[in-house]
Amino acid sequence: MNWFTKTFSSTVGRKIVMSVTGLFLCSFLVVHLIGNLQLFRNDGGAAFNLYSDFMAHNGVIRFMELILVAGFLFHIYDAIVLTSRNKKARPVDYVNNHPEQNSTWSSRNMGLLGTVILVFLIIHLWNFFVPARFGGLEGVVIEDVEYDNLYLRVVQSFQIWWYVAIYVIAMVALAYHLIHGFQSAFQTLGLDHKKYTPFIQKFGVAFSIIVCLGFAIIPLYFFFLV
Amino acid sequence: MAGSNPNAKPMDITLKVWRQKDRNAIGQMVTYPLKGISPDMSFLEMLDVLNEDLLLKGEDPVAFDHDCREGICGMCSLFINGRPHGPERGTTTCQLHMRHFKDGDTITIEPWRAAAFPVHKDLVVDRSAFDRIQQAGGYVSVNTGGVPDANAIPIPKSIADKAFDAATCIGCGACVAACKNASAMLFVSAKVSQLAMLPQGKTERKTRVENMVAQMDIEGFGACTNTGACAAECPVGISLENINMLRSEFVYAKATSENV
Amino acid sequence: MILDSRIPEGPLAEKWEKHKFDVKLVNPANKRKYDIIVVGTGLAGASAAASFGELGYNVKAFCFQDTPRRAHSIAAQGGINAAKNYQNDGDSVFRLFYDTVKGGDYRAREANVYRLAQVSVDIIDQCVAQGVPFAREYGGLLANRSFGGAQVSRTFYARGQTGQQLLLGAYSALNRQIAYGKVKMYPRTEMLDLVLVDGKARGIVVRNLITGKIESHSAHAVVLATGGYGNVFFLSTNAMGSNATAAWRAHKKGALFANPCFTQIHPTCIPVSGEYQSKLTLMSESLRNDGRVWVPKTVETAQRLRNGEITVNDIAEQDRDYYLERKYPAFGNLVPRDVASRNAKLVCDEGRGVGASGLAVYLDFADAIKRDSQPAIAAKYGNLFEMYAKITDENPYERPMRIYPAVHYTMGGLWVDYNLMTNVPGLYAAGEANFSDHGANRLGASALMQGLADGYFVLPYTIGDYLAKTLYDKVPVDHPAFIEAEQAVISKNNQLLSINGTRTVDDFHKALGLIMWEYCGMARNAEGLQFAKQEIRKLRDEFWRDVKVVGVNEELNITLEKANRVADFLELGELMVEDALNRNESCGGHFREEYQTPENEALRDDENYTYVAAWEFTGVGNEPVLHKEELKFENVKLTQRSYK
Repeated sequence: MNWFTKTFSSTVGRKIVMSVTGLFLCSFLVVHLIGNLQLFRNDGGAAFNLYSDFMAHNGVIRFMELILVAGFLFHIYDAIVLTSRNKKARPVDYVNNHPEQNSTWSSRNMGLLGTVILVFLIIHLWNFFVPARFGGLEGVVIEDVEYDNLYLRVVQSFQIWWYVAIYVIAMVALAYHLIHGFQSAFQTLGLDHKKYTPFIQKFGVAFSIIVCLGFAIIPLYFFFLV
Repeated sequence: MAGSNPNAKPMDITLKVWRQKDRNAIGQMVTYPLKGISPDMSFLEMLDVLNEDLLLKGEDPVAFDHDCREGICGMCSLFINGRPHGPERGTTTCQLHMRHFKDGDTITIEPWRAAAFPVHKDLVVDRSAFDRIQQAGGYVSVNTGGVPDANAIPIPKSIADKAFDAATCIGCGACVAACKNASAMLFVSAKVSQLAMLPQGKTERKTRVENMVAQMDIEGFGACTNTGACAAECPVGISLENINMLRSEFVYAKATSENV
Repeated sequence: MILDSRIPEGPLAEKWEKHKFDVKLVNPANKRKYDIIVVGTGLAGASAAASFGELGYNVKAFCFQDTPRRAHSIAAQGGINAAKNYQNDGDSVFRLFYDTVKGGDYRAREANVYRLAQVSVDIIDQCVAQGVPFAREYGGLLANRSFGGAQVSRTFYARGQTGQQLLLGAYSALNRQIAYGKVKMYPRTEMLDLVLVDGKARGIVVRNLITGKIESHSAHAVVLATGGYGNVFFLSTNAMGSNATAAWRAHKKGALFANPCFTQIHPTCIPVSGEYQSKLTLMSESLRNDGRVWVPKTVETAQRLRNGEITVNDIAEQDRDYYLERKYPAFGNLVPRDVASRNAKLVCDEGRGVGASGLAVYLDFADAIKRDSQPAIAAKYGNLFEMYAKITDENPYERPMRIYPAVHYTMGGLWVDYNLMTNVPGLYAAGEANFSDHGANRLGASALMQGLADGYFVLPYTIGDYLAKTLYDKVPVDHPAFIEAEQAVISKNNQLLSINGTRTVDDFHKALGLIMWEYCGMARNAEGLQFAKQEIRKLRDEFWRDVKVVGVNEELNITLEKANRVADFLELGELMVEDALNRNESCGGHFREEYQTPENEALRDDENYTYVAAWEFTGVGNEPVLHKEELKFENVKLTQRSYK
């Protein structure tokens, strides 16, 4: 192995990959959420459909999409590798264990939370991303041009109560994942200073709650108000 | 002779102790009732009482590691009631006193659990992995003699104090025992940070962190996921800051060291 | 047998330099042809093993703990002395030498002590270079504090954990040599016998404490750095595992044991709280820098206090007796340890002791807290105060600490010459295991100094002198001498395992401890010592008749380990009593009630006892043979020690 692969196959290196990809995925969440705000325009979905069309066909976005997929895959792959290593590191468990005395629930359950998010992601992609990118949506004409009507899919999907429930639960899981993950990512990069770390920790909590709340409002909004 | 608290009444307790004959044997929890335990006893003195009882009955006493019994040698261990070194923060098992338990309590006692710390017998585990990590680079390469005067390099008091805080690690392994991943990062980082902070350690800082992290991985410890359990349970208060310092040392070393 | 101390000729200040030039050297390329065994990995052992490895020798190091870092040097709290004179307060090599000889009540070898003072300065340099984080001033230079028995500030420290930091420094040097392959480390391995071939030390027999396997290791020289024998008393500040077995079994193979009765009782320990007590915890002597020692002025007040009718804070200033300040105005609370301990015993014997048992005195920080503020005191002694609070459940910031003397250090040990070699060629003893530097009483912060001096700066020179005169040939471990020693070890273990009596090992150990503390502790007299000798013999006979050791040899067997150690304590205890009986004087830690001044101070007999008593083993239960090494004092004048 050369120094590069050695670095990123060590436990510390893999965590750095988790951290960098995690922060990158956080930035994606922000972009995604801002785009989704188009759903709240009272224009029958026109702005949203234009936006989704732009996202599906712009070259830069398509390129970033590949990076995003890579980010997810590395994040998930290293998570699996590390989790299996961590399980092997304690083959015999304690009979009586009280980890709640020394650590938060979310910090101990990142794998579980991540799995919930992954399952959600698959459902989410299957329902919105796949038809948007590969066809299967009804058409809609906006200013004489035909677009895929993703907005309609959103409206239809969020009329189903259990579908809304899946979204809300997933966003709660994501919030807990981020509450630990956001500040943990900075620690993992060794970015720690008594001047800045307290801010990062508070910002991380606020970020997690605001972003996830933002996403969770959408299905609730369509279920109850539209 | 009465102790410091003459009102303290003797207690009856029930112990559930992990018994395992040797490394390859299958272990199990065994229950022992104990009567008349003084609250002023230390936890290990309570185990001494159990062992004297067992011996007189001709049974094998419970093997547990201990030596200085004043909280500094790091030899004592024990996972007591679900916590390394028991319920008191900042306290080694040998400094834990029975006054923190109540009459009628059931106390479970288990060995440190980690693949890198195999059980030798009962509650005694093999922590030699820690030594091998230190041997991988936890030193400054100076031979005896021929060193500069101790005051030749002034070190700011704040740095010296921080280095000292990291250096107080007693190598007990509670961090590994507490961590859900059985990670040794707190232990490794304490030594890496101590030497990274001091001018004497800077010369070898890159190879040190590279080699110590590599050895840590070879020993089969888990990865750190920043739960903070290690620092919360550390009997001498080693801070998580050390782990973060290890990472920045690691990144810097990997990016700039001569090892390709 | 004539004891040759091999002290070099010439003026005191030049002896060591001259000697270093005179000793034979081993060519660097030939060093790898020599094997050295080091038993014990405390300050002396770890530093010696590391330094030997650096020089190029092949080293095998042994410790009974699970890792070398746990050796009991780690528990030393206060500091390490060095004649750096960084404080510009008049310190010098000669002053450190003088203080040490005087503190030892003129029963130490001048030349050894002077060398110790000389190399003390190098130790600090070495440790700092290793990354030992000593306390520093704001300007970035090293800080010092004062310690008992000295009027200068020469003690370097790392909060209350100096021993830990120094040991971890030596451990790191050792690790480096282990990584290089120059030192092979054997943890959880206990030495059970010394092997002599042609009268020379050529190896050891050990027991693997995990598997019980008895193994032999051969070498060209053997260094014992196995610490002291304070655990003869059962209760002491030593670690639970600290033992005398290696040194004692070497003694039984011919090494002389010197001044065994010189035991240091440390004045500031947490008092005994009950019969279950397994060890005593020391509160660093450095506390006496700021703490004031007192007891109530009258027996009556003390009684009311003990009965709980009044509390300590009810005792008015004028009803308190700050007895050390009163009796020793010059040194006050900082008198040497033996003086402080004896005075604590004295006031308790008068009935003025405090605590439920009446066996304690107060160490009070109220004035210091008023003067310097609580945070300032916490910064200096925080960890000690915490430790006290944990053990006693009392807050020392609010109530004075209760302290009482406890066995702490043994000045006696294997007799060694100036080269630290015992009378057995090729067998060396270093650190607390030898008798060499502290005379009848050790000053605070000098044990760490001696351990590291021996390991880093003395043995690496002197062992070469011996090896240079030794052939490269190795003795195979199937040599009859090894086989015989192994058989003896095995049969002793089998004997212990087969008795299957009714009393536990700890039970015997506690009984021995009580005899020793009562009759050979802080104060001794001929009648009591005679009685103790008989009692120990009886106890030893009973031990071999009635001890209960369960299990087998081929396993991790904690009772068998202890039984071996206690069997040796039962023999060593008798020798301590014998030595105390022989020494018809009081000096340092050895206080014979028959020999005291009208003011209850130790009364030496320089005419008849200015010698090292080195004892030769002649069989268990037989009278040992005394060899005397006369001590010559050419540079200090023998005076009645005065700290007034």
